[in-house]
Amino acid sequence: MSDQVVQDRTKEAFKLLTLPELAGLYSLARRLDEGGAEDLVQETLLRAYRSFGTLKTDAAVGPWLKRILVNVFRDVLRKRARAIEEVSVEEMDDFSLYRTIAIEDPLPYSDTLHHDFLSAFAREDVHAVLMRIQDIYRAPLVLHYMEGWSTKEIARLIDVPLGTVLARLHRARKRFEGEMWAYARDAGLLTREEAP
Amino acid sequence: MTTQRLIPCSDAVKRLWEYLDDAISPEEQESIEKHLAFCRTCCGELEFAKELRAFLASGSAETFPPIVRERLERFVDDL
Repeated sequence: MSDQVVQDRTKEAFKLLTLPELAGLYSLARRLDEGGAEDLVQETLLRAYRSFGTLKTDAAVGPWLKRILVNVFRDVLRKRARAIEEVSVEEMDDFSLYRTIAIEDPLPYSDTLHHDFLSAFAREDVHAVLMRIQDIYRAPLVLHYMEGWSTKEIARLIDVPLGTVLARLHRARKRFEGEMWAYARDAGLLTREEAP
Repeated sequence: MTTQRLIPCSDAVKRLWEYLDDAISPEEQESIEKHLAFCRTCCGELEFAKELRAFLASGSAETFPPIVRERLERFVDDL
C-alpha cells in the first residue's frame, strides 16, 4: 500500500494555495518584466491551474509557481529575441564600483565610504537600478542573487546553455555595478549625505 | 602543488564574484587567493563584493497595489 497522501486538486484548493503566493509572484514578475508583470502572473496562474495535478505537495506551491513564472518569462524573452543585443564583456569589464567610489570619493566626510555608498540606496532605488539593466541580464541576476536559484536551474528553466547563463550573469554583475554608480549620481543620492 | 605566476589586479577583480560563488576552477581559485594574499586593494574589492552581494540579496521594494491584487484574485476566481 502506498504511503502517498492524496492531495486536493480542486479549484477551491488551487485558490487556497495560490492566493497567499500572489504578492511574491508579482514581486518576482516586477523584477523580471516591470511593464508586463501582471500579464506574467496571469499567464502563470493559467498554466499552473491547467497543470495543478502535477504539483506533488502543497508545501512546494511557492517554488512551483515561480518556476512556471520563469517559464512564461522565457517565452516572453523569445518573442523579443530579435530586439536583444548582447553587450560585449569588454565594454564593461574594466569598471570597478569599488575603485570608482574610492577615486571619486563622493562622500568626503565618511570614514566608511563604501558602506555609506550602499546605505544611501533605499529599496525603491534598488528596484530602479535593476530596471536600468537589460532584461536578459537582469533575469539571471534576480534569480541567482535575489531568489537564490542555482545557475544550472536557471539554465534549465530559461532553456539556454549553462555557459550562456554564466556569461550573462558576469555581464549583469558588471552592469549592476555600473548602474549603481550612474543611478546614484543621476538621482542625487550622493549629495544627501554631504555636510551643509 | 602547482606553481603559478601571480595574476594582475584586473584579472583578479574580474573573477571575484565567481570566486565568492564557488563558480571557478580550483586552479583559478588558487590564483586569486595567491593574489589576495599580497594585494590589499583587491582584498578591499573582495570585501565590497561580499557586501554588494548581501545588499542585492536583501531585496528591492516591490509594490503590490491593492487594485492589482483584486484583479488577480478575480482572475483566479474566473479560472
